[in-house]
Amino acid sequence: MTATEAPPATTSARTIRASQTDAQGYPTEPRARWIRRAPLVPAFVFMIVVTQLPFVATLVISFFRWDAFRPDDRGFAWFDNYVNVFVDADMRASVLTTITLTVSVVLLSLVLGLGVALLLNRKFFGRSLVRTMIIAPFLVVPVAAALLFKHAIYNPTFGLINGVLGWFGLEGVDWITQFPLGSIIFQLVWQWTPFMTLILLAGLQSRDHEVLEAAGLDGASSWQMFVFMTLPHMRRYLELAGLLGAIYIVQNFDAVFTITSGSLGTANLPYTIYQTLFTAQNYGLASAQGVLVVIGTIIVSTFALRSVSSLLKEEASR
Amino acid sequence: MTAVAAAPTRRVRAASAPGRSRESRGTRLGLGLAAWAVGLLFVLPLVWMVLTSLHSETDAASPSPQVFAPLTLEGYREFFGAASGANPWPALINSLWAAGVSTILVVLLAVPAAYALSVKPVRKWSDVMFFFLSTKFLPAVAGLMPLYLIAGRLQILDNIWFLLIIYAAMNLPIAVWMLRSFLVDIPPALFEAASLDGAGLLTTLRRIILPIISPGVAATALICFIFAWNEMLFARVLTGVTANTAPVYLTGFVTSQGQFLAQVCAAATVVSLPVLIAGFAAQDKLVQGLSMGAVK
Repeated sequence: MTATEAPPATTSARTIRASQTDAQGYPTEPRARWIRRAPLVPAFVFMIVVTQLPFVATLVISFFRWDAFRPDDRGFAWFDNYVNVFVDADMRASVLTTITLTVSVVLLSLVLGLGVALLLNRKFFGRSLVRTMIIAPFLVVPVAAALLFKHAIYNPTFGLINGVLGWFGLEGVDWITQFPLGSIIFQLVWQWTPFMTLILLAGLQSRDHEVLEAAGLDGASSWQMFVFMTLPHMRRYLELAGLLGAIYIVQNFDAVFTITSGSLGTANLPYTIYQTLFTAQNYGLASAQGVLVVIGTIIVSTFALRSVSSLLKEEASR
Repeated sequence: MTAVAAAPTRRVRAASAPGRSRESRGTRLGLGLAAWAVGLLFVLPLVWMVLTSLHSETDAASPSPQVFAPLTLEGYREFFGAASGANPWPALINSLWAAGVSTILVVLLAVPAAYALSVKPVRKWSDVMFFFLSTKFLPAVAGLMPLYLIAGRLQILDNIWFLLIIYAAMNLPIAVWMLRSFLVDIPPALFEAASLDGAGLLTTLRRIILPIISPGVAATALICFIFAWNEMLFARVLTGVTANTAPVYLTGFVTSQGQFLAQVCAAATVVSLPVLIAGFAAQDKLVQGLSMGAVK
């Protein structure tokens, strides 16, 4: 990226042919440069064609009137679709739903994940078995997990929650109707806590044990060590886990589709775009929605990229 | 390091605040039990899923949870169409095909790419890495519509090949990042020795790199397989009758009511089984894959 960036690991190997490489060890001859690029080209071209061209198409279509139900009225529409997106109350609601859903799932599963990781980071009988049990929710097909919660756990008459409440003589409620968004959040937290746990556990295990031991001998309490040593060390891991989790949860479609079918105020952006596309068949409007989602994501992911980039820089300077 | 060195000056606090190594037996036992309780709580919904799938529909739909009801394979027989004639096999095979072939494609593209980004890196290798990563950040749903229109125009809607190419693009960034994290761990001296011995690119790749990173490639492949197997939005939009995948088949149960509870749980279990197996097989490398190689 910049000239100051450390040359990659194998500089010494290339000093053998020093005459053909520049100061940083990259080849200068065009032919040598292309030989070096060759292994990368197929993957690079593949990604451009399959992921970038559709976005360009989305961008173009977003400026057109294109509604499958009105095939004769097709044409350039300037920013009409964008205006319609902003005017649409459902769309604004789904932006809010997406934010609520993402933030609450990420925060809850991060906090829970940290707790679980701290518990798992200790030696106890059957630790690897417990670790496996905790990972398991993440390894269920998302649609299957959502179906399981919808029918076997939340169902007011045969669901597990109300059944167990019944054992204690308590009256349950219709969870999905009463707490539609809460039901989705609860299911996603169950599924994403393992993800957070795994990343945070790796962070905990990379702490310097000698330093921790020394602090313990110097009389630091467990709480002091947690606040002044563990948390600062874990900051990077918490950021990484949170950001990666957010990327996946912002895009969640399966849980919303399965548990509530987007009803009762739970339609998030992916679900709304899906609806515009397939129920309303309004391609222009769906494209404008898509473009706006991309812009929103770019703003958020700039922060995410910065965080990941610090990890990469650290590696480059190692 | 001994306790003697620290004790004299910090006597007071050391006594009141025991360090990690001196925590009482009770605390340790309590926290161990807490870990077990949390583990059981997390796995409970899955245990309930499997248990319900093995119950009769009558027991499954009982308002009071029937933990000790007799076990039966009725739910599984129903899922595979004993009475209704429904046949989930084409969907399961489509999923296996889409996930399997897309994973092979990903590995074939990602291994050389990761090589060109680590061992003999191209200039601006980190920019390229971020390009791959940024495609993961873009919401897939925004690219969905043009793909749908293109597929319609080319008459490849409901074609499993179109779907698996998209799955390959979906997983390629993860694979490149993950494989690169394995490649940078290989000591450069190894490549020096190989190039001094006159080994070319292909020989180096085959004789040195692949043997060392094959566990990493296996883990990468398993994780890509899981993501492709799980995917539902694209599959639902781009397939119809002949090419629909297992998660799409599952969406048929979204509106079903309690009388099919055992069957729904059997369906969820069957469809999740390959992912559970792949996930447990890749358990050690799961973190590295999920964090795209950022955490080891």
